[in-house]
Amino acid sequence: MIERINLYSKYGLFITSILFITFGVLREEHSVVLKKAINICFECIGLG
Amino acid sequence: MEIINLIKSRPFIQALAAIIANANIKGFFTGKIWRGKSKLVCVPGLNCYSCPGAIGSCPIGALQAVIGGNKHNFSFYVIGIIIFFGVTLGRLICGFLCMFGFIQDLLYKIKVPKLKIPPKVDVPMRWLKYIVLLVAVIVLPKFLVNQFGIAPPYFCQWICPAGTLEGGIPLIMKNEGLRSMLGFLFNWKMGVLIFIMLTSVFTYRPFCKYICPLGAIYSFFNGLSFYQMNVAKEICNGCKICERKCNMNVEITKNINSPECIRCGECKKACKKGAITSGFCLKSRKPDSEFQGQM
Repeated sequence: MIERINLYSKYGLFITSILFITFGVLREEHSVVLKKAINICFECIGLG
Repeated sequence: MEIINLIKSRPFIQALAAIIANANIKGFFTGKIWRGKSKLVCVPGLNCYSCPGAIGSCPIGALQAVIGGNKHNFSFYVIGIIIFFGVTLGRLICGFLCMFGFIQDLLYKIKVPKLKIPPKVDVPMRWLKYIVLLVAVIVLPKFLVNQFGIAPPYFCQWICPAGTLEGGIPLIMKNEGLRSMLGFLFNWKMGVLIFIMLTSVFTYRPFCKYICPLGAIYSFFNGLSFYQMNVAKEICNGCKICERKCNMNVEITKNINSPECIRCGECKKACKKGAITSGFCLKSRKPDSEFQGQM
């Protein structure tokens, strides 16, 4: 029984991850990530 | 045969992963970061996107960028990517694909007397990474915002040594303008970096064990991920050589898929009986002794 729950959980999480990524792209979250990543992050390097 | 063994070795895979994640070699010479669209995607390990070589985004930096921005309160995109990596590989990412983990591994190879942290100190300190995740990566960027509703990436700003090492030092070496901006924060971050690098020489992966919020997230997936490790109980003679070899102090015979296991495979190498196996398990996981995963 536990093995079955484990199996469903991992496939459930896998599908959830794909749905999350898709939904995130539809909300244009990826452009927020890109905008942050292509400019020097002053906080990250200890200047801001 | 020797070449195949080299290619399959963990240091080789770690070096290759570090090179792929930081493939913009030109950036180290010009002092400019990569601005291509590949940065839409997060790499699996902790790899600062302000590193001149980085061609992908850091998952923790990206998560804070979205949560701390004024457009979204939750990042489905970044969380989705992290779940994808986590459920596929678990903390195999820490053991094989994380650049900062690789650097700590190299530092630990320096031959000096090693420090054994007693379980009384070690076990409670393992919880620190979950606190760092909750406070510095989620709560502060969500609630401690400026008048425009924007929060700085607190973890990256005050804690992350990878940003200083991979981003700060190479960029500052190449840009005079950036050098003129050095101040307290940089000194603080250099102090954190030096402390973690020094402790990495004496104890195994202190950052991964106690601080890394990405490792904390992946640890939730270790028991669930498609990649699993297993001890065949009918073969195991209980000698516990695997536990003595484990640098992450995992009780392998009790719970080999512990949240602390980074799947480095040292236990598997140490087991003279061949009782430890690892591999991708797509079907229902059978009881330990019947598991047939191989790698």
